[in-house]
Amino acid sequence: MLLAFDWTQLAQQIVIGLSSGGVFATLAVALVLIYRSTGVVNFAQGEMAMFSTFIAWSLVHHGLSYWAAFFLTVAISFFGGVGIERVVIKPVERAPVLTVVIVTLGLFFLVNGAARWIWSPEVRSLPNAFSTRPIDVAGVAFSIQDLGTIAVSLGAVGLLWLFFRFTKLGLASRAAAVNPEASRLVGVRVSWMLALGWGLAAAMGAVSGMLTAPALASFDQNLMQPVLLYAFAGAVLGGLDSPLGAVVGSLLLGVLINLIGTYVDWVGTDLRLPVALAVILGVLLVKPTGLFGRAEVVRV
Amino acid sequence: MRRGLGIAVWALTAVAVLALYLLAPHLVSDFHSRDLAQAGVFFIAIVGLNILTGYTGQISLGHGALMAVGGYTTAALAVHEHWRDVWTIPLAGIAAGVVGFLIGLPALRLSGIYLALATFAFAVAMPSLLKKFSGLTGGGQGLRLLEQAPLQVTGLSGTVTVFGHSTTQNHFLYYLTWGIGLVAFVIAWLIVRGRLGRTFRAVRDSEVAAASVGIDLARTKTLAFAISGVYAGVAGALFAIQAEIVNPLSFTFLLSILLLVGAVVGGLGSLPGMVVGAFFVEYVPDLSTHVSSKPGVPDFIYGAAIILVMILLPTGAGGLLRRVARPLTTRLYLRP
Amino acid sequence: MTARYGPVTALHGVSLSVGEGEAVAVLGANGAGKTTTLRAISGAVRRSGRIAFAGQSIARSSPEATARAGIAHVPEGRGTLTDLTVRENLRLGAYTRRDRAAIKEDEARVFGYFPRLRERRDQRAGTLSGGEQQMLALARALMLRPRLLLLDEPSLGLAPTVVGEIFRIVGELNEREGLAVLVVEQNAALALEASARAYVLEVGKVAIEGESAALRRDESVRRSYLGY
Repeated sequence: MLLAFDWTQLAQQIVIGLSSGGVFATLAVALVLIYRSTGVVNFAQGEMAMFSTFIAWSLVHHGLSYWAAFFLTVAISFFGGVGIERVVIKPVERAPVLTVVIVTLGLFFLVNGAARWIWSPEVRSLPNAFSTRPIDVAGVAFSIQDLGTIAVSLGAVGLLWLFFRFTKLGLASRAAAVNPEASRLVGVRVSWMLALGWGLAAAMGAVSGMLTAPALASFDQNLMQPVLLYAFAGAVLGGLDSPLGAVVGSLLLGVLINLIGTYVDWVGTDLRLPVALAVILGVLLVKPTGLFGRAEVVRV
Repeated sequence: MRRGLGIAVWALTAVAVLALYLLAPHLVSDFHSRDLAQAGVFFIAIVGLNILTGYTGQISLGHGALMAVGGYTTAALAVHEHWRDVWTIPLAGIAAGVVGFLIGLPALRLSGIYLALATFAFAVAMPSLLKKFSGLTGGGQGLRLLEQAPLQVTGLSGTVTVFGHSTTQNHFLYYLTWGIGLVAFVIAWLIVRGRLGRTFRAVRDSEVAAASVGIDLARTKTLAFAISGVYAGVAGALFAIQAEIVNPLSFTFLLSILLLVGAVVGGLGSLPGMVVGAFFVEYVPDLSTHVSSKPGVPDFIYGAAIILVMILLPTGAGGLLRRVARPLTTRLYLRP
Repeated sequence: MTARYGPVTALHGVSLSVGEGEAVAVLGANGAGKTTTLRAISGAVRRSGRIAFAGQSIARSSPEATARAGIAHVPEGRGTLTDLTVRENLRLGAYTRRDRAAIKEDEARVFGYFPRLRERRDQRAGTLSGGEQQMLALARALMLRPRLLLLDEPSLGLAPTVVGEIFRIVGELNEREGLAVLVVEQNAALALEASARAYVLEVGKVAIEGESAALRRDESVRRSYLGY
């Protein structure tokens, strides 16, 4: 017996890793969307996603099915994101970047506090998005939940890609992110493109939250904090200015963390995150702008 | 004549500050002296952070972790080596300075938001690391000075006698903290106004330009990290002394966030503004709980306060100070 | 109009006019305020004063609104959207328009003027040479179907043959399609040949104005203001 390696387990762990990676990926794309157009990392993205998840919970609580609540929540979150940008971010549009970062930190506290105020801190749960039966693919048992999560995450990201690539608004949004001055000169309302970016980011965050919650037996207002950290790590790994990088980085990260957790003994659950962060740091030292990031050409 | 006027203004300010420092605890209740002392801890850490972020342009979201290094150094020395708590302060500062230097090394390759996130990662990882090395750090329980090293705690009996004067423990903590704070402020002031400060600012404003005039970027950045680390370490030590306990939950990433908020609200690039920043971070969360203690409401108010302050004063209190002070100071220096 | 960059006033009361279908040049040394003039018109810089376009005031219009009014501004440094493809840049030029069929026609027409762009239509704009990027910027402006074209230093950093081609095309557009053009140029000789009237700016004010042909002939003007 030369190789008694358990390929089945490897395949299963990879799929599980991709599933959690998919959840980070949607949040990571949200982070990149906002970073690309404003140079600001939205530290409140996770809390906004958590808020969306609670909205979904309320909708389900009032009788909607999971999927009906899902789509409605995504729509509500989109408008919420636009609203937040117009009310909170627009006033500091021209302020230094760190000021805006502090505003997002303030938003972090505000949204978290609001969620705890509106919905008391008791634990709740969301019904499962997919059935919990395992499914047999090529003789290996996978969970439908994991496969479904991967499908929905990639689907959401895919729809976003289609929007940016093939619609006029998507084109204008991309242009506004890359060169706002020139975009104004062709008539693009750059300020509203920023709002659109925040709306789309909030929608993606909502997807992330609604995929995270059902997998847990119960959740509370701290639901998205670890996810946000992994999303940061995934986005940084892939390169903060590249949505594709965010997705690839997050998927890789998800698989990596899961494999390390499975195969390396001394890494208990407590050390998973630091190990992941150490890996990220390692990558950054070699490629300071991430795997897919473009090196910033600074004109002097 | 004008110059004399300028010097007089400075002297007057210094005397006023000194008077305020000496008298403040007697103007508030004994209990509030401890709050003031806590504000002093934030003040020291934020001044250090300002040197790094405001003057050298390196963003750090990891200074809470550096405070942890200082705090745990103090606690460990007191508990394991039986040092008196106050004498541990310099060593705590140095330890954190060294760690700061080490963090500064990746900073040479990373910049901007990547640096911020890398330091944030450090802050996030710190509680886990503290729990892991439990032999030294007491693991999840932390180190409790009152139980494990009562002889090392100054003022355990309730009064402290210094140079023949005896004061309450709270007053002592206040004087200790803000005394060190004032000294730290003066040192920072001297650094910032001197050649090193100009070097820092050159790196902040344009690394390429700085390098082209011969500034060693690596040395400058790591030095800034180290100096701000020392400040954070001293602050952490004072925190440990005040709280008489350290555990991983005292030093989560929230602390790092708080420090950066304090630095920006105070005004990056303005040292006096840091007082405002420290008080903001110390008192606003507290006041929010007074408004309502229903779950979530204090955080909501705190978040709203931060946002409002940033919208109204994008350059922080220091920015406002500069705008207000400019006409005053230019008048001092204008020729008739 | 006057224009400021923060506390620094760049234009101290500049008055000029462009008639329908007219080609006008703005000349002057570096720092005279030529670029600022164009930016003041399109609204990219803080300005005050009276600015009217086709009878309507645009003194309070943002750059987006000025574009919608029919003024296309090709900025200094071209402002090509380097991450987008050539085609995407052109499509963006027509952002404010809704007439799908006409936009397609214009795209074909623009490729007719700039065959090299058609060759590279799916390439990223950042991979184009300087001259091609200038053509792209010009083409993108044309996709707006503007009534007035603001051209800022089209010759900057380009080889003389390329510059010649660009001015030839601009001239064609002006004559054949009646497109009004306001061109800012450091290369006075070229600009005077391509325009009907010209203004010479000095330190934020109009120093001389007149017919281009006359200015070209006037030796003293050439020597003191235009450097040749």
